[in-house]
Amino acid sequence: MNIYVIMKRTFDTEEKIAVENGKISDDGVEYIINPYDEYAIEEAIQLRDKHGGEITVVSIGDEETEKELRTALAMGCDKAVLINNEDVEDYDQVSTASILAKFFEDKEFDIILGGNVSVDNGTGQIAPRLADKLGIAHIATIVNLEVAEGKATAERDVEGDIEIIEASLPLLVTAQQGLNEPRYPSLPGIMKAKKKPLEVLELDDLDLDEDDVEGQTEVIDVFLPPKKEAGRILEGELEDQVKELVNSLRSEAKVI
Amino acid sequence: MARKTLVLAEARDGGLRHVSYEAIAAGKKVADGGEVVAVLCGDNIASLAQSLGHYGADRILTVENENLKNYTPDGYKQAMMQVIDSEKPEAIVMGHTAIGKDLSAGIASRLNCGLISDVTGIDADGELAFIRPVYAGKAFEKKRIKDGIVFITIRPNNIEALEKDESKEAVVNAFDVVVKDLRTIVKDIVKKTTSGVDLSEAKVIVSGGRGVKSAEGFEPLKELADVLGGAVGASRGACDAGYCDYSMQIGQTGKVVTPDLYIACGISGAIQHLAGMSNSKVIVAINKDPEANIFNVADYGIVGDLFEVVPLLTKYFKEVLQEA
Repeated sequence: MNIYVIMKRTFDTEEKIAVENGKISDDGVEYIINPYDEYAIEEAIQLRDKHGGEITVVSIGDEETEKELRTALAMGCDKAVLINNEDVEDYDQVSTASILAKFFEDKEFDIILGGNVSVDNGTGQIAPRLADKLGIAHIATIVNLEVAEGKATAERDVEGDIEIIEASLPLLVTAQQGLNEPRYPSLPGIMKAKKKPLEVLELDDLDLDEDDVEGQTEVIDVFLPPKKEAGRILEGELEDQVKELVNSLRSEAKVI
Repeated sequence: MARKTLVLAEARDGGLRHVSYEAIAAGKKVADGGEVVAVLCGDNIASLAQSLGHYGADRILTVENENLKNYTPDGYKQAMMQVIDSEKPEAIVMGHTAIGKDLSAGIASRLNCGLISDVTGIDADGELAFIRPVYAGKAFEKKRIKDGIVFITIRPNNIEALEKDESKEAVVNAFDVVVKDLRTIVKDIVKKTTSGVDLSEAKVIVSGGRGVKSAEGFEPLKELADVLGGAVGASRGACDAGYCDYSMQIGQTGKVVTPDLYIACGISGAIQHLAGMSNSKVIVAINKDPEANIFNVADYGIVGDLFEVVPLLTKYFKEVLQEA
């Protein structure tokens, strides 16, 4: 099988966010593979190990992204591609989808996997946009996947309920939490990853201009939510505390 | 600037989802005096349409087709594109739900336009702009669409629906569509949500962490949630420990929720969990550890054993709710 994974690097989910000069500060921030993309990588490895073939992991970002791509290679992907996007203006989901669509234009693939959402921007737009541009079907938020004889059967999480979906390849699927347990890279895996091919592409290599992929939305401001004041710790006998809480929620906070 | 605005309404389990009414309210703001047209897709849903008018839709289109019984990206995209081609809206609003999130991106790709997803606030005073969370609510950004069609999805529970007015009658028209060649087939649907209250739309959430200790430990939380008409959620710790299904996870990975009342039971308050719930209106924390981080975001805290506190809460809520 010819398998592709689209991946994004994101801030570690344990990072606090600081805003400086109207932008989110990346000062001293630790990065990870977007957790949902990690499920996609793990699923790709299991598919390849079962059906044979090759996995290419693709990411868009700056040169630092090589680190997370190496991690994906160490987990077991075979090849990596980094597409440099540093000079795109008002970069948004239109940009990402256009770049990826152009990248895939001349590729042959059976399946593309990605996370259903990124934990930073959290729009969930990229996969449905890419599938639309490539003219292939997609199944979002999958928690199980079986592939056999050119057909896929997926279990898809729909706000807690499960849909059983069938589709033919080529196909794009996005991973939901619960799909699998992503492996940690092994030491031999990390050593091997250093020698695996990692190709860096500029927009020019894809026959794209910065103007072609300029975003169609624009960020005007970035701000932190109002700091939550620590509230009241109730005191006294437990029964009294519970009664006070019930009363407060009804008469003071008026939420019940 | 008046904009003709298309709003996607959603039916689920034989009723309309509340986010549909919120989307109409958002649509009214975006429309700025322009016509708000609600679109309801599905199979056998026409009888639900009229209430969309009560909540402010100026006109309603019902799009019925047997191929729209279940959501598929192909089916809904085909149907909505036919509606869009005919209505030529200047703005589109959908809920940021399983359907809206998926469908909006596909339509935006087809229209080759920008899309602002998961909007929690609308600034219509000056130039139209939208507030949305990033990093699961650790920060917010204000965005605008540069030009062309204004396309947003709104997060459930954040934009208030207009008051219901049953005297308002909107015209309901059936809109015929051709839906064919679906490439994904829904073979079966397995209902797992027991209470029928979806986490993202729940007004009350009772959530458990590692302190719940086992799958059975969630039982008292479920009882409390039932009494309050709410849903049960969980922290990553509880999910990783196998006490509950990942579909219940609240946090930066998992669901981001903003209920009126969030009751955190035995949850320590890791940063990635707080990101998923700290924008709830009122937060109650129950934890044995008085130093637990969750108390820093809680409006009310009880230091104690959740297995003592939660059943008591259930008991007293039952009492006062029966009186009411």
